[in-house]
Amino acid sequence: MKPLLTLTGIIAMILLVLFLIANKQVSDNSNKPLAADTDYPIIQTADGVFYHQGIHQDATKDNIGAIGNMSFVVGDTCVAVIDSGGSYLEGVKLRHAVASQTDLPVCYVINTHTHPDHVFGNAAFKADNPQFVGHEKLAAAMQARQTPFERTFKALFEEDYDGIEFITPTLTVSIDTPLTIDLGNRPLTFTAYTTAHTDHDITVHDQKSNTFWTGDLLFMERIPVLDGNLTNWLKIMTQFQQADYDVVIPGHGTASADQWRSGLAKQQHYFETIRDEVREIIADFGTIQQAIEQVGLSEKDNWELFPQYHRRNVTATFTELEWE
Amino acid sequence: MLNKFMGLLALSLAFTSFNASAVTPKEPLWPSLKIEHFGDAEIREDATDFLVLETPKRAEDAAIVPITIKSLVPQTADKYIKNLHIIIDNNPEPYSANFTLSPKLGLIDISTRMRVDQYTFVRAIAEMNDGSLHMVSNFVKASGGCSAPAGKDAAAALARLGKMQIRMRSPVIGEAVQAQVIVSHPNYNGLQFDQASRQYIQAHYVKKMTISYNDEPLIHLDAGISVSEDPSLRFTFMPTETGSLKAEVLDSKAQEFSSEKEI
Repeated sequence: MKPLLTLTGIIAMILLVLFLIANKQVSDNSNKPLAADTDYPIIQTADGVFYHQGIHQDATKDNIGAIGNMSFVVGDTCVAVIDSGGSYLEGVKLRHAVASQTDLPVCYVINTHTHPDHVFGNAAFKADNPQFVGHEKLAAAMQARQTPFERTFKALFEEDYDGIEFITPTLTVSIDTPLTIDLGNRPLTFTAYTTAHTDHDITVHDQKSNTFWTGDLLFMERIPVLDGNLTNWLKIMTQFQQADYDVVIPGHGTASADQWRSGLAKQQHYFETIRDEVREIIADFGTIQQAIEQVGLSEKDNWELFPQYHRRNVTATFTELEWE
Repeated sequence: MLNKFMGLLALSLAFTSFNASAVTPKEPLWPSLKIEHFGDAEIREDATDFLVLETPKRAEDAAIVPITIKSLVPQTADKYIKNLHIIIDNNPEPYSANFTLSPKLGLIDISTRMRVDQYTFVRAIAEMNDGSLHMVSNFVKASGGCSAPAGKDAAAALARLGKMQIRMRSPVIGEAVQAQVIVSHPNYNGLQFDQASRQYIQAHYVKKMTISYNDEPLIHLDAGISVSEDPSLRFTFMPTETGSLKAEVLDSKAQEFSSEKEI
């Protein structure tokens, strides 16, 4: 037994050394005073492009609302953060993650839309005095939701709600007029859309790495949520299918070089299924309750958090399609 | 009493699982709402032998919560529900709707959609032609996460403002038929702040809706700000002769819209 233990020990030692070397490379790259928090892993998808993948849960005090994907892009002169966190606490962790990679300041904080999991970390970047970037309708949407979001999330996060602020954009993007900014040899282009996931979605494109951030116009693994217009959203998904990106970072779920196309197809299939089945019920003068009980059940096993959001999606679809 | 007890139980459970002072007011609002709207009149509670209130257990979408009220006893000329009051205790404006009903409606079967953005009791109170009051109530849990009572696409609703639909299955004279009236309207509740103008967006919502058949009123609705964007009213009535079903709408800016359907 003893030689075997020794062998195991040697293997363990080798693995430990390899692990330390690997870690050292990352920290050599950064060589910064603030290390990324160990409970907040970040993944590098390209040179200067990093993201933290949120978990597929509803926001809770325990998970500090870290349920969406938060990214940052490092240019020669400064950094852009794409979605700021689902709480002030997550915003701070994200800021630490940036500091673990670069000393450069954060000059842009982009909010792909105003849902809490994408904007509640904004205040953690105030010290950088960045431009806050959003859709031209983001401010109105944020104001309209502020009271209910405050109430819901104060109850949810309790004392951990402290620090959250509703910060409206200082730089807005208009529908059909993409806006390009520069991080220093690193142009980023923002595109604003007509009502789809919400009435104020924007996407981000990094030309250097050909990375595309969909915001919540794409959910991978986790059930998508309709808080806007299904018909427009389906059109936008078709546009995305025709585009050519090296990496796509969705609003939720795994970033990828290729899986995103099948993820997009899966999301299209989900919404087409709901649309077709709701249309049938409306044509038969069925009720919204009937639709909620009957529609889209074949999709049940395809998605994380299906019970939490599917009925809501059917409700929203029904009231939209009544006006077709 | 059992329903009420279960409701209170649900309320107290809500208190223990969250520190929910921000979610549900600590003092039940109903006693003061009752006095405000009904004075010291006696209300028979849990009148489930007479009225059915259908609400989802959870407001899946805070902006669109379907609510159905049915009567178990048909309207007759001698005894009928004159008014049906809808109260949503914890909404910004709890008194949400008052339906004035014709004695000719037969069995009442009315559905609409409301905004419900926090844990609340939803109440339907039938006021009979003899003045007696009968109430049923349900507890509705708030939706989670990113759900909010704000409309999804107020711009689209505003762009088609006043457009109306009257929908129904092919009606048969002498048989009860369900119909639905929908009017496109953003139903701004006056609680939304416009960042650009630094002012609250003026409330702009459907205040009144009158449904009549051959000019005889069937249902008149006085609506509050709880009604969802694109107000919808689904109801059952019995056409006793050929004629015209008409829906007339008045909004809070005194704009009028109407639509008619021949039967």
